Amino acid sequence: MARMTMIQSIRSGMENAMERDDNVIVFGEDVGFFGGVFRCTQGLQEKFGPQRCFDSPINESGIIGAAVGMAAYGLRPCVEIQFADYVYPGYDQIASEASRIRYRSKNDFTVPMVVRMPTGGGIFGGQTHSQSPEALFAHISGIKTVIPSNPYDAKGLLIAAIEDDDPVMFLEPKRLYNGPFDGHHDRPVTPWSKHELGEVPDDHYTVPLGKAAIQREGADVTILAYGTMVYVAEAAAQETGVDAEIIDLRTILPLDMETIEASVRKTGRCVIVHEATKTCGFGAELMSIVMEACFYHLEAPIIRVTGYDTPYPHAHEWEYFPGPKRVGDALRKVMEAA
Amino acid sequence: MSPDKPTSDDQALSLYVPEPEFRPGDTPDFSDVPIPKAGAAPRPEIDVEAGDIRDLAYTIIRVLNRDGKAVGPWADLLSDDQLKVGLEDMLRVRAFDARMLMAQRQGKTSFYMQALGEEAIACAFQKALRPGDMNFPTYRQQGLLLSTDYPVVDMMNQIYSNAADPLKGRQLPIMYTSKENGFFTISGNLATQFIQGVGWAMASAIKGDTKIAASWIGDGSTAESDFHSALVFASTYRAPVVLNIVNNQWAISTFQGIARGKAATFASRGLGFGIPALRVDGNDYLAVYAVSKWAVERARAGHGPTLIEHVTYRVGGHSTSDDPSAYRPKEESNAWPLGDPIERLKNHLIANGVWSPAQHVQARERIEIEIAEAQKLAEKNGTLHDGPHSTPASMFDDVYKDMPLHLRRQRQEAGV
Repeated sequence: MARMTMIQSIRSGMENAMERDDNVIVFGEDVGFFGGVFRCTQGLQEKFGPQRCFDSPINESGIIGAAVGMAAYGLRPCVEIQFADYVYPGYDQIASEASRIRYRSKNDFTVPMVVRMPTGGGIFGGQTHSQSPEALFAHISGIKTVIPSNPYDAKGLLIAAIEDDDPVMFLEPKRLYNGPFDGHHDRPVTPWSKHELGEVPDDHYTVPLGKAAIQREGADVTILAYGTMVYVAEAAAQETGVDAEIIDLRTILPLDMETIEASVRKTGRCVIVHEATKTCGFGAELMSIVMEACFYHLEAPIIRVTGYDTPYPHAHEWEYFPGPKRVGDALRKVMEAA
Repeated sequence: MSPDKPTSDDQALSLYVPEPEFRPGDTPDFSDVPIPKAGAAPRPEIDVEAGDIRDLAYTIIRVLNRDGKAVGPWADLLSDDQLKVGLEDMLRVRAFDARMLMAQRQGKTSFYMQALGEEAIACAFQKALRPGDMNFPTYRQQGLLLSTDYPVVDMMNQIYSNAADPLKGRQLPIMYTSKENGFFTISGNLATQFIQGVGWAMASAIKGDTKIAASWIGDGSTAESDFHSALVFASTYRAPVVLNIVNNQWAISTFQGIARGKAATFASRGLGFGIPALRVDGNDYLAVYAVSKWAVERARAGHGPTLIEHVTYRVGGHSTSDDPSAYRPKEESNAWPLGDPIERLKNHLIANGVWSPAQHVQARERIEIEIAEAQKLAEKNGTLHDGPHSTPASMFDDVYKDMPLHLRRQRQEAGV
C-alpha cells in the first residue's frame, strides 16, 4: 500500500496489467521515452521495451484505427489520446468501428481496447484542452465509458477496462490528477497524499465497470456526479448543510441504474452535476432515467448543474466551471420545493 | 519594402474542377492512355528501397501479351494447373455475381455489388497469401472468399439475411466476415479498414509471429484521411502489410481524377512515405499474382509495407442502387484498353495448349450449375423478402460480451 497521485495509480494500473499479460501494449503521442505529457506512462518503455510502449505519429484516427486492428489480432492495446479534445479525428474508428465489430461479425472479431484521455477543465486549458466529451461516447452502443474520481478507483477501473473484452473509453479528469478539487480554486490544493482515496495497493486489483459508488450517504437529496464534480458536490453539501447522498457514477455506460434508482426513491430529490455542456449532455439522459423510474417518488423537479453551452472560455474559467456555489444553489432550490 | 496591395489589374481567381474525358453521348477513346508492353517492367529484389523503383509507381506491370503469352521477369510463377484454378475462381465470382444480381432484381434481397471486370485482383491476390494471414477488404473483394473453401451457400445466406445467415441478419448484403478464411468483417464505411490492417500487421510483428495483413481500398476512398493514417503508420513501423488500391476508375459517379488530383498515379502516393509502390495491370491474373506475391514475400521477410495500385475498370454499376448510364458512356467499358481478365487468362491457357474453348464452356457451365444449386440450398433457408430470419431477440445479442441492464430492459420492452 502506498500513497499515490492519480497519475501514479494509472501508471501502476498499466504496469500491473502489462506484467500479467504480454498482450497489453501502450502507445500514443509522447507516451514512449518521455512518458506522456501528464507522465502517466513514465517508465513503461524502460521496463517493457519499445515494442510494448512506444510513441505514435500525431494522428488520432491512426492511433485508434491501428489499435482496433491490434485488438482484432488478439492484443489488448491501451492507447492514450493526449487530450480528450483531440479524440475527434479518431471518433469514426470508435463510433463506426470499435463499437460494432463484435456485433457485425457475430463475435468472430472483437476489440478489447482501452482509449485513455485526460478530460475536463480547471487547469486554464482554454477551449482545446478542457472539454468533457463523455456524452458523445455514451451515445454509442457497443462501447463502455468510464470516468474515475480518485487514485484507488482509477487504477482498479483501468485494470478492469484493460481486461474487459469490449472497447472502453477511459476519461481521466485532469484536474484530479494531483489532488481532489472541490471547485474552490482560490484555496490551496490538497494533494492525494493527504487524502484517504490516495491510498493505493501496489498489486493488481480491479474495480468493476458499471458499478457506482456512494461517495457520501444522505437522506434529503441525491446528487448524481462523476469525476471532478464529485468533490464539488461534497463541498456544496457541506457548505449548505443539506443532507445530500452523493453518487459517484464511475462508469456512465453501462450505467448503474439500480443504485441511482434506489437512492432517488429514498431521498425523493435529485440534482445532476457535470462539467460538460448542458444540451444533450449526459445529465439529460440521467434526468430521463430518473423520471422514468422514480417519477412518483419525486418531491421536486430535478435540477441540472452543468457547464454552459459555450466553448470553454479561457479567461472565464471559473464563471464557466460549475463550482460549489452553483451546486449549493441547486441544492437549496430543490429542498425549498414543496 | 512596400507591402503588396491589391490593384485593378489583378486577375480574378477561379476554381478548377476536374472532369472525366467522356460523358454520356461521347464516344470513349482511350488511345492516349499509355499501356506499357507486357514484360517490360523489371522485377526488383524484395528488399529494395522505394526510391530505387520509382518508375514502377508510374508504369503498369503486365505479364500477358496480346498473343496470350506470359513474358518478362514477372512471368512463370504459376503452373498451368494453378492457372486453371485461378480461371475457375474468376468464373465462380462472375457466376456468383450474376446470380446474386438477379436475386436482388427479383426482390429476394435489398442490395448487391458485383466485381464484374475486376475478378482477377482478389482471386489472384488470395493465392499469394498463407492461411493465418488477414485481409481487410472493401465491399468488392468477394473473390478473396470465393477463392478459398468458404461455403458459397453461407455467402448467399448472408446476402439473403435468412435464418442461416452467419451474421444473424445484422449486416447489409455482401458484408461478409470470416476470421478462419482471413477475411476481416466488412464495414461499409470507407477506408477505416485500411489503417486497421496496418494495426493488425503491427500486432503480428509485436508478437514475433509470421503472419501478414493485406489492406484494401478503392481509388475514390484513397482521399480519406484513414488512407494517409495507414501509410504513415505502415511506413513508420515498417508494418508487414500489403496496401492494395483497386483503381477501377469510378467512385460511384465520380471519376478517379477527383481523388487523385494532380498526381500522375495513386501508386505514387506511396513514394512520399518511402513505401515501395507498384502499379499493376489488374486485369492480368498473372501480373496481379506476381506483384502480390512479391509484396507478400517482402512483408513476410520483414522488409515492411508495399503499396500496390491495381489498374482495372468497374464494368458494372457501383451497386444495384446505381445506374452508370447517367454519368458515363455505355460503351466505355468496351473501349477500356485492358480487356477482360477471364478472357485473357483463358486465351493464355489456350495459347499454352492446356485449355480449349470447349473445355472453357464446360467449366463455365459446371460452375454456373454449382452456383445455381447453392442458391437453391440458400433459398431453403429463406430470403430477405420472404424470411425466415434470425429471431428478433437476437438483435440485442453481441452488442457487448455480456448484456448490460439497459439492453436487457429494452429487450423486455420490445417483447421479443
